[in-house]
Amino acid sequence: MKPGSIAIVGAAETTRLGSIPDMSNIQLHADAALNALADCGLKPSDIDGVACAGETPVAIAHYLGITPRWVDGTAVGGCSFMLHVRHAAAAIAAGYCNTVLITHGEAGKSGIGLNRPPPNRTSLVGQFELPYGVYGPPSMFTIPVLRYMKTYGMTEAELAMVSVVQREWAGRNPRAAFRDPISVDDVLNSRMIAYPFRLLQCCLVTDGGGALILTSAERAKDFLTKPVYILGTGESVETPMISQMADFTSSRAFRVAGPEAFKAAGISHGDVDHLMIYDAFAHLPIYGLEDLGFVGRGEAAAFIGARHTAPGGKLPMNTNGGGLSYTHTGMYGMFALQESVRQMRGTAPAQIEGAKISVCHGVGGMFAASGTIVFTNQR
Amino acid sequence: MSDSKRPRPQPTPETQHYWDGTRDGEFRLQRCDDCAKAYFPPRPFCPACGGRQVSVFKASGKGRLYSYVIHHRPAPGFTPPYAIAVVELEEGPRLMSNIVECPQTPEALVLDMALEVVFEKLDEQISLPVFRPAQGAVA
Ligand SMILES: [Zn+2]
Repeated sequence: MKPGSIAIVGAAETTRLGSIPDMSNIQLHADAALNALADCGLKPSDIDGVACAGETPVAIAHYLGITPRWVDGTAVGGCSFMLHVRHAAAAIAAGYCNTVLITHGEAGKSGIGLNRPPPNRTSLVGQFELPYGVYGPPSMFTIPVLRYMKTYGMTEAELAMVSVVQREWAGRNPRAAFRDPISVDDVLNSRMIAYPFRLLQCCLVTDGGGALILTSAERAKDFLTKPVYILGTGESVETPMISQMADFTSSRAFRVAGPEAFKAAGISHGDVDHLMIYDAFAHLPIYGLEDLGFVGRGEAAAFIGARHTAPGGKLPMNTNGGGLSYTHTGMYGMFALQESVRQMRGTAPAQIEGAKISVCHGVGGMFAASGTIVFTNQR
Repeated sequence: MSDSKRPRPQPTPETQHYWDGTRDGEFRLQRCDDCAKAYFPPRPFCPACGGRQVSVFKASGKGRLYSYVIHHRPAPGFTPPYAIAVVELEEGPRLMSNIVECPQTPEALVLDMALEVVFEKLDEQISLPVFRPAQGAVA
C-alpha cells in the first residue's frame, strides 16, 4: 500500500456505551456498522469487504445483508482491528475489494450472546498456566510488571500516575464512563486486584462497539466526511502465554509492529501530534512509549509523570480517557482507532488543535499480539 | 492454598513425558541435540532451530523468582490472596507456578530469591510442579 492511498471514510461507535442489556453481541456489531454506514452515506449493499473479530465475518456479512468478495476474520484479541485496517488497506490496494467494513461489538458487561469459548485444558495455557490460578486478564497481563519495576526502579506511585493523567482526559469527554478527577493516593488506596495493581489501574468492563469503513483515497473524495488517510501500518504476534514472553520489560510484538508502521509512513517520533496506546492496564502505555521509541528504556514513567502525555503536554496520549476511564468492552482497540479518527477529523471532545498525524497502537491478548496504524488528515 | 476445584491440565501426546515426570517426582525439560538449548513448554522439536532431534532430561528443579502478582480475587480452587509467579529455571526456560511454604506477601516474595521445585499431587495422574524457597539458601 502506498502511504496515504487508502482512507477511512466512515467511522462510528455504538449509539450507547456502558451497560446495554437490551442488545446482544452481534447486534452491537450491527449498531456500530449501521452508524458508520450512516456516517458516510452508504448502505450495506455498497460494502464488498468485511472484517471483524468476536463474531465471524460469515455471521456479520449475513446479519447485515452484505455479499463480500473479501473477508478477514483475524482474531488476535483487542488489536485485531488494527490488523483488519492493515489487511483491508492492502486488499483495497490489490483490487480485491473497494469498500471494507470493519466491525467490533462486545457485550463485555451484559454478556448477552457473547462468543467466548471456555479455556481448553489441553492447550498450552490450559496445561501450563491455568492450573496456577490465573483468572482473567487482571491476573495475567500484570505478571511482568514487578520485573519491570525492579529493572528500572519504577515506583507504585509512578505507575499510578498513568491512571491519574488519563482521568484528566476523560474529564473532557462527555461519553467517558469515569470523569471525576483522581489522585495518586486514590489509585493506590483503591481495592487491590492483583498486587501491584489496584482497581483504578485496571480497565473498565462495558458493552459497546465501533465500526470503520475504508476505501481508496481517490474514491474518498466523493464522500462528505473528511478522509483520514492511512500512512503506515505494522503488526506482529509473540506468545499466547504471558509466562513465555521473552522480555518482561518490553513487548517483542510492539517492537516489530511499531517501527514497521513508522517506517512505512516515513515519519519520525517528532512528527507525531497525537498518540493512542491501548491501555487495558496502567503499564501498557509505559511499555508502548518505550517499545515504539518515544522515550528510552525505563524512561516512560518519568515522561508521563512530567505531564508530557497530559492535557497541554507535547505528546497528548489516550485523549478519550482510554480503557481505564472511557470504555473497555474486552477488545478495546476499535475505540482507540475511533479516537484517532476523531482527532484527525477535528471532531474529538478533547481536540488537539492542528493535529496532522495520529499514531494508534494496539495490544492483543496478554502481550500476545500487536498492531500499529499511522493516520494523517493531510494528502 | 488450593483445593479440588483447581483447574487440571490435560496432557497431550507432546506433553505426556512432562506430566509423567511430575507424577513420579521428577522435573523434566527438553534440550535440542543440535544447538543444546533447553526449552519449555514441551514439544517434539527445538523452537530455537527447528531441529527434531531433542532429548528429555531431568532438570535441576532449581530456579529464581522472576516476577509475580498476588491475586486478591477469588478463583476456582484458590483462596486469595495467592501469588501467581513466573520462575526462571537454572537451565534457562521460565514457567508459571505458585510459591509454597512462603507467606504470600510482597515482603516475603522477593524477586530473584532462590527456589526449588516440589510437587503438588492433584490426583493419581497429575502432580503440579510448584516452588518453595530453596532450603538453606540465602535469599
Ligand atoms: Zn536447536
